[in-house]
Amino acid sequence: MYFDSLSDFINMGGHGLYVWSSYALTLALMAASILLPWLNLKRTRKQLRRQFAREAANAE
Amino acid sequence: MWNWLKTLYHRLGSPKWFYQITGKWLPWFVAASLVLLTTGLVMGLAYAPMDYQQGNSFRIMYIHVPAAFLAQSVYMMMAAAGVVMLVWKIKMADVVAQALAPVGAAMTFISLVTGAIWGMPTWGTWWMWDARLTSMLILFFLYLGVIALREALSPQEVAAKACALLAIVGVINIPIIKYSVDWWYTLHQPASIKLTEKPAMPASMYLPLLFMVLGFYALLGWSVLLRARAEVLRREAKSGWVRELLKDK
Repeated sequence: MYFDSLSDFINMGGHGLYVWSSYALTLALMAASILLPWLNLKRTRKQLRRQFAREAANAE
Repeated sequence: MWNWLKTLYHRLGSPKWFYQITGKWLPWFVAASLVLLTTGLVMGLAYAPMDYQQGNSFRIMYIHVPAAFLAQSVYMMMAAAGVVMLVWKIKMADVVAQALAPVGAAMTFISLVTGAIWGMPTWGTWWMWDARLTSMLILFFLYLGVIALREALSPQEVAAKACALLAIVGVINIPIIKYSVDWWYTLHQPASIKLTEKPAMPASMYLPLLFMVLGFYALLGWSVLLRARAEVLRREAKSGWVRELLKDK
């Protein structure tokens, strides 16, 4: 561990705000890069499933 | 050899094969992303020693450098996929190109914003219209252009060709980004790490960077596969295998 204490770690020698805002933004965008396509994939599967079920019902 | 190439061509062009194989790859990308990024983050934020000139703000490097690196690398992949799509008419290449664009844009955005934040304590300014920063901004607009073009054009084949062409033409910007720090006067420092040379920093400083770069690549794979899989299902909604796959049980 490079830092002596937790407050040292958060403060980052006065650069805390720069460091933590950079990391927060990056993590948020990374999470979005996974979550959005994941939800979209689930939604696509659900829609197609419903569509196929409807078509099968109509065909009968 | 010829037969092997023929099989490869058919497989690469087959949406069904693509969907199945990416389903097998996906968990590996998920695991690699989580392990590499967690390791890199902990090492970079808590264990790497402070830079004696820049203080702790240098820790922004561990996200700024991988993001900027991927921003360019994803763009080249997108252009390469465009070439494959145009020359060999492999449909899946366009699906991959389409899936690459949003992640590439996100990476470019991360590198621009973290660079601006890093610039404040280091240069005393968050932005400067110099060659490196401007060419990265152009890269961001190229990504937005490709995404907008995809939305604006139809049918799909026309959009695919237009996006591929724009991506290929935009590749000219990549060497400009790379050499901008050597060709013009700039605040931006030259590359801290080269693939061909031993890094000029201790292992405790460059190892986290290595983990982060690999972790960013794994996350890229994860995101692209998710997007590409959804797109394959949408494009192939009329084919038998999708129907079979999404049958109500």
